[in-house]
Amino acid sequence: MGVVAALLLIVPFLAGLASFAAPPRVGQAITAVSGVASFGLVLALIPDASQRAASYFGFVRVDALSVVFLLATSFLYATVAIYSIGYLPGGHGHDASARYTRRFSLGLNLFAWSMLAAPLMSNLALLWVAIEVTTVISALLVAIEGTDGAAEAAWKYILIASAGLSIALLGTIFMYYAGAQVLGPHYSMAFAPVLASARHLAVTPVRMAFVLAVLGFGTKVGLFPVHTWLPDAHSEAPTPVSALLSGSLLAVSFYAILRYYQIAVASLGPRFPRDVLLVFGVATLLLAALYLLDQRDYKRLLAYSSMEHMGILAIGVSFGAPIALAGVLLHVLAHAAAKGNAFMGSGVLLRKFGSKEMKGVRGGLDLLPWSGPLFLAAVLALCAMPPFGLFRSEFEIVTGGLATSHNGPAVILVILVTVAFLGLTLSANRMLLSRPGSGEPAELGEPLTRGEPSVWMVVPVAVGLIALLVLGLHPPGELTGLLARAVAQLGSRA
Amino acid sequence: MYLAPFPLAPFPLAQALPTQAPGVFTGGANVIAVLILLAEFGMLRQALLRDHIRLYMAQSALIAILAVIVAAARHIPDLYVLAALTVALKVIVIPLLLRRLLRETDPVGAAAGGADIAGSGGLGEASTVLLAIVVAAFGFFAASRLGIRSDAAPVTALSVSLSVVLVAFVLMIHRRDVVSQAIGLFSLENGISLAALVVAASLPLILEVALLFDLLLAVVVFGLLIRIHHGRGRSLSTADLTRLRG
Repeated sequence: MGVVAALLLIVPFLAGLASFAAPPRVGQAITAVSGVASFGLVLALIPDASQRAASYFGFVRVDALSVVFLLATSFLYATVAIYSIGYLPGGHGHDASARYTRRFSLGLNLFAWSMLAAPLMSNLALLWVAIEVTTVISALLVAIEGTDGAAEAAWKYILIASAGLSIALLGTIFMYYAGAQVLGPHYSMAFAPVLASARHLAVTPVRMAFVLAVLGFGTKVGLFPVHTWLPDAHSEAPTPVSALLSGSLLAVSFYAILRYYQIAVASLGPRFPRDVLLVFGVATLLLAALYLLDQRDYKRLLAYSSMEHMGILAIGVSFGAPIALAGVLLHVLAHAAAKGNAFMGSGVLLRKFGSKEMKGVRGGLDLLPWSGPLFLAAVLALCAMPPFGLFRSEFEIVTGGLATSHNGPAVILVILVTVAFLGLTLSANRMLLSRPGSGEPAELGEPLTRGEPSVWMVVPVAVGLIALLVLGLHPPGELTGLLARAVAQLGSRA
Repeated sequence: MYLAPFPLAPFPLAQALPTQAPGVFTGGANVIAVLILLAEFGMLRQALLRDHIRLYMAQSALIAILAVIVAAARHIPDLYVLAALTVALKVIVIPLLLRRLLRETDPVGAAAGGADIAGSGGLGEASTVLLAIVVAAFGFFAASRLGIRSDAAPVTALSVSLSVVLVAFVLMIHRRDVVSQAIGLFSLENGISLAALVVAASLPLILEVALLFDLLLAVVVFGLLIRIHHGRGRSLSTADLTRLRG
């Protein structure tokens, strides 16, 4: 399996370089092949990872928890890469659109590469490095359109996220200090030995490290109150990048928090880390649910929905029951598929109606024979309607909360998710079910005709919908085995 | 909600101040740590971007000197390499990149000694400095309550490093131009380097190199974004960045 892990670290990187050198259309094909190949490679990791954790080359470690996050990232990488073929202009020769497409393909591949690298790192310091790399690459991708809004969002994003990651670095250093007291000064910050000796670690540094890590990595997860970059970056970035930011980047940063959570639980006992996550989770969910009610820009709407789901993840972990943890990990996968679908659908709306404002979009269901229903399905999935995967995962999280007599937080969760449901469905109704042409037209011109902009922008969304249905109706046995193993890792002292 | 108070260890500041005068090593390390904090305050007051960069260079050089002192006194040879890399990157390469950026974005101002950004803050200068003193004191005393001991460098330096980090945050919030905000972030990283010298002096070299490489990457991307920002607005100010409100 070492070869598979190595290929995961090599293929997207080389694909990035190749797609930059090649003509735009060839580069996009390379990107798509690399995305699908990465997803295949991660699938190949599942059987082994469900059995045991394995280390390779001294800095790579594959276990069930990391494979769950790799699965979410590589799935989105594959679907987004295919979607980009329809989204981006091809261009010929050396004109501006060809240059844009080549730069975009380079960035997309490297972004996916860095997000696949982060969960593979065996070492807390390298994990931090990988997450910082995701920040700088994605900041450039946010800025790539070169508009005023994109420049502003990218600056805000990189400054806030880098400041947050500096706090996470401070946490990493405190964790090194805690480990060095037990393991000797020359240990490498490898995750496994720190976790194994967690019960001997000094309490105060671990506590510091955990809180700093939650706040620092939480900046990139989008936890309140350090979320302020998130809606701006998501709405100003090109749509395929928004999908990756929301479905993968936030999840990968959450992965880093989970690693610190594992150490903190083993060292401090479950109470303190869970309380910290509960406070951040409820605050994030509350803010996101309220903001969802009053949005005018549908990409910002989806961005706040991402915050909502990150809040649910944090609350789910704080419940601590195995079924809630299983729900959390399933939620990571289902959210990646659903949010990827929703953003890809929003990209079709943007292409069709030429406006990011909701009032510019009317009659989506009539004008888009495929993307309209698919977008509606994605929004319903995000609202955790059955039979989609998010229904199953949120159901498990709430069950876990009630089982561990966290009745208050479980009730708050259900109420706020319902508020979010209201916000999302009202907006989607207005955009999709209204009469075509009843809103303010984005620009004066001929009335829009029924039809899809590109078949490449429909197929990956359909694949995502199938994944959501599979996760919701009958997750395959291999996947449940993987999740059970990851839950065992997370909840070893539940 | 359970939040146990931090264990009230015997006040470590008192331990750091022994009854007799501190040795040359402890005294020297503490003096350098305080100089790093003073450089941070200097940046807060400094109105010319040119001098802002100069202060960042001085602060980074102090970090390198402290690394050499710790390396010599505690026999950690890795730190010599770290000091050399710090000088190469933070004293030479990053200031060079920043200066070139300033020349390209504002040739007139650079010829006149650097773009003038005085008064770019939201708070008055005096209140900003007062605020910075308050957060610095908070950082200093909060860190001394953590009960952290170190064999490498005096713990007082750790307390100072947290002050540097907090003042760097004040700097980033106060300033309204992209270059100052970027330098604020890099000096924040200097504060963390200082903390790392105290509590993680023997961090394996390969990891230190990875962290520094990461910093270089961040600097390059910051440079690109500053250039994009300047290309859009013909200005380094962030005062007009008010459209996106989170």
